[in-house]
Amino acid sequence: MAKPAIEVKDVSILFNLNSEKVDNIKEYFIKLITHRLNYNEFWALEDISFTVNKGERLGILGFNGAGKSTLLKTVAGVLKPTKGSVKVHGVIAPLLELGAGFDMNYSGKENIFLYGATMGYSRKFIESKYDEIVEFSELEKFIDVPLKNYSSGMKARLGFAIATAVDPEVLILDEVLSVGDAKFRIKSENKVKSMFDKGVTVLFVSHNTPQVRRLCDKAIILKQGKIIAQGEVNEVCDIYDEMVNGK
Amino acid sequence: MSDTAKKIPLKNYIKNAYKYRYLMQEIVRKNVKLQYRDSVLGMFWTFLQPLLTTIVLVFIFGTVFGKSNDGVVCYPVYLLIGRLLYEFFTQSTKRAMRSIRNSASVLKKVYVPKYIYPVSNVLSNFVTFAISLLVLVVVMGYFLIKNQMMDVPKYPDLHLSLTAFTCFIPVIILCVLSLGVGLILSVLNVFFKDIEYIYDVICTMLFYATPIMYRLKSLGIEEGAIVGRILKLNPLYSIIEMFRCSVLYCRPFDMNHLIYASVFSVVTLLLGVLIFYKNQDKFILHI
Repeated sequence: MAKPAIEVKDVSILFNLNSEKVDNIKEYFIKLITHRLNYNEFWALEDISFTVNKGERLGILGFNGAGKSTLLKTVAGVLKPTKGSVKVHGVIAPLLELGAGFDMNYSGKENIFLYGATMGYSRKFIESKYDEIVEFSELEKFIDVPLKNYSSGMKARLGFAIATAVDPEVLILDEVLSVGDAKFRIKSENKVKSMFDKGVTVLFVSHNTPQVRRLCDKAIILKQGKIIAQGEVNEVCDIYDEMVNGK
Repeated sequence: MSDTAKKIPLKNYIKNAYKYRYLMQEIVRKNVKLQYRDSVLGMFWTFLQPLLTTIVLVFIFGTVFGKSNDGVVCYPVYLLIGRLLYEFFTQSTKRAMRSIRNSASVLKKVYVPKYIYPVSNVLSNFVTFAISLLVLVVVMGYFLIKNQMMDVPKYPDLHLSLTAFTCFIPVIILCVLSLGVGLILSVLNVFFKDIEYIYDVICTMLFYATPIMYRLKSLGIEEGAIVGRILKLNPLYSIIEMFRCSVLYCRPFDMNHLIYASVFSVVTLLLGVLIFYKNQDKFILHI
């Protein structure tokens, strides 16, 4: 049980607000000449450290702009920390935002293979999971239709079905359990719970404390890039509820 | 930032590239499949498009540059070769240039080796290029048969020879060059979107600066003149001439062309890899 799945050590991330906006040469030179290029640095994350053991479910709470998504991106390996290190043991399956990772001109079927490959899985492996994915997403009738004709709920269902079908070791859920209709929401929550039994490690971002209490066993609260509370899920959720009500 | 990157040994890189080979395959497959989807003639455009544009160009410029067979052997074939190689180079580099920006939604959410996008775009263009080479076979076959049927053949020097098998060498060099240029452009495009428009202009310039529809000699430039020297600096010139050597002129490569094009392309690729590697961690902040 004590085997760590995710180790985040002293992670800090520095964003440079000005340089993010420069995307043409004219602006670049104007900023270069007026020496405004490296201004407005700000730490999106500061000295974040935590460990998630195998099979543990960590809820990440925090207001908008607290650094939750930045933290998930760092764990997923998309962002490189300015300082510190992140170690993940096992395969990560991030649940992408609606539509990301899909090609709109591709049919549902073709997108299953594309999405699978994006997560590093072979065509053969996805083929073995194909029926399960189609069945779970309930898209049998529309699987050969180009994705541009799908509704956003259908896309979300397909994305969810693929990401959970491949038996990842670490699952990143970024407010995705709130997509789709109520029926699918219950179905997907049950699916995630069934993955818990297989010992999947979960990072779950949500504003919904009842859901966090239901799904997670540990939680942290982020505020302005720092961890202000960390520990057992109910205690942390209580603090968060107080913060929300206090505002 | 680069410190942590340096600690990753080369072995991990190879392992990673191996793991994501499926993604490479899928993207190449997707690009090829989607290119002509929804068009009535579909894949057939891969042949038709270069054929038709070449016919237009032959029709317009044939009267000026194709009057004699001297050094051209067979003007339509001469032009087709230049156009096919030029088109492969510009299309693949243009698509590679846009690839990182176009995949922003994925790159922002999942870890994927970023070079996969420019590289797979060059590869998928290579696939369509390889298919479009069939046009060359058909056009050459047409003129060879036509020669046979006429008492006084129009293109007496046109014939097939074993040197045609060496045409894969310039193609490989062109691939290396396109990869290098594509990598460099994809990085530049992340930071300065202007490069897309600038490169469009450069490509148009390149079309006229490369001896695609004319011969360098037919321009009437004196031997050793500065303009001629500048035009010869263009690696596409050497590569296209090499291809023509093997298929059209039926003689071995000019060693100068071979060495210049190879060195230029390999250096460009190394430069591209270096620039890409140094900057890839910053992409996410700009796309």
